Amino acid sequence: MITTALYITIGMVMLAVLLNTYRLLRGPDAPDRVLALDTLYINAIALIILLGITLGTRLYLEAALLIAVMGFVGTVAMAKYLKRGSVIE
Amino acid sequence: MLDRLNFPQPCLSLILFVVWQVLSDGVSGASVVMGLMLAWLIPRLTHGFWPERPPFRKPWKMAGYLLLVTRDIVTASIAVTRLILTPGRPRPVFISYPLTLQNPLAISMLASTISLTPGTVSADVSDDNKLLLIHSLDTEDEQKVIDTIRNRYESRLLEMFQ
Amino acid sequence: MNQALEILLSILLLTGGFFTLAGAIGLARLPDFYTRLHGPTKATTLGVGAIMISSLIYFSVTEGSINMTEILIMVFLVLTAPVSANMMAKAAMHIGVRTTEETRGQGWDQ
Repeated sequence: MITTALYITIGMVMLAVLLNTYRLLRGPDAPDRVLALDTLYINAIALIILLGITLGTRLYLEAALLIAVMGFVGTVAMAKYLKRGSVIE
Repeated sequence: MLDRLNFPQPCLSLILFVVWQVLSDGVSGASVVMGLMLAWLIPRLTHGFWPERPPFRKPWKMAGYLLLVTRDIVTASIAVTRLILTPGRPRPVFISYPLTLQNPLAISMLASTISLTPGTVSADVSDDNKLLLIHSLDTEDEQKVIDTIRNRYESRLLEMFQ
Repeated sequence: MNQALEILLSILLLTGGFFTLAGAIGLARLPDFYTRLHGPTKATTLGVGAIMISSLIYFSVTEGSINMTEILIMVFLVLTAPVSANMMAKAAMHIGVRTTEETRGQGWDQ
C-alpha cells in the first residue's frame, strides 16, 4: 500500500514541478521567475526525499540538506540583485 | 589564555553544538570535540554581526509561543489551500501595521510569524521600525487582521522581550 | 511493518503531495505577484514538512535508529520561507510590479 501512495505522491509533486515551470517560463516579471525557482528547489527537496524512501536509503538526505541551504542563498542573492543591482556591495 | 575559553553567547553555542551532533552520524567522541570547537569558534567569528544581546526577559514563554505558531502554520496552510482551490478572485489588500515592539529581533520574529500564518505575508518594515507592511490574500476588514495580530502574537512577544 | 503504520505513512505522504500541488496551483493560477507569494510560503512548506515526517518515521522503523537530519531540513525550511518571501516582496515593490485592480492599499518603496 505504501508503494502505491509513494507513486501517487511522486506524480503529484511532478505535476507541481510542471506548474512551477509554467510560471518560470511565463513570467511576466522577474520576481515571478525568482518565486518559481524558489518553489522549484523546495519541490526538488520533496522529490529527493521521496526517491530516498523508494530506494530505501538515507544517503540522499545530505543532498536534500545541501539543496535547502544553497537554494535559500540563491533566492536571497537573486532578490537582492533585483532590488539593489548587485549582490555584494 | 583561559579567559578566552568562554562562550560569549551560550544560546548560539548550544544550538551550534546540537546541530553538529545531528549532522554527524550519531554522537561519538570525535563529533563532541568538533562540536565544542565549532560552538567556541563560530560565535567569536560572527561577533561583529551581533551588536547587542537581545533583552530576553521570559525565555520559558518561548516554548508556548512556538507551539502556538506551529499549530497556526497547519491551519494557515489549510486556509490558503482552500482559497487557492475555490474558484473566484481573492480580495487582496496591503495593510500598514503600527508596531509597538521596538527590539529588531522581536520585530523580525513577528514578521516571520505573520508570513507563516493565515493569509498574510509581511512585505517590509519602515526604516524607523514603526510600521510593518503586510499583504493579505483575502480580507474584507483590515482592522480585524490588525487586531488578530496584536492580540495573538504581538502581546506574547511584548511579554517576552520587554 | 504493521498495517496501522503503513496507513499513517500513506496518509502523511498523500497529504504532503496534496499541499505541494496546492502551492503550485496557487503559483500558476492566482492573478498577481503578491497573491502568488502566499502559495509557496505556506502550502508548499507544510507539504514538504509532511513528506519529511513520513520519511523520518519510515527510516526510524526500518533501520531501528533515529536520525534527525529530516528535522534539521524541516526547521531550516520553516525558518527561511518567510525570509525569502520578504526579500522577494521588497524586490517586487522596488521594481514596481503591478497589482490587480481589486487590491486595496499601496505597497511602498524606500
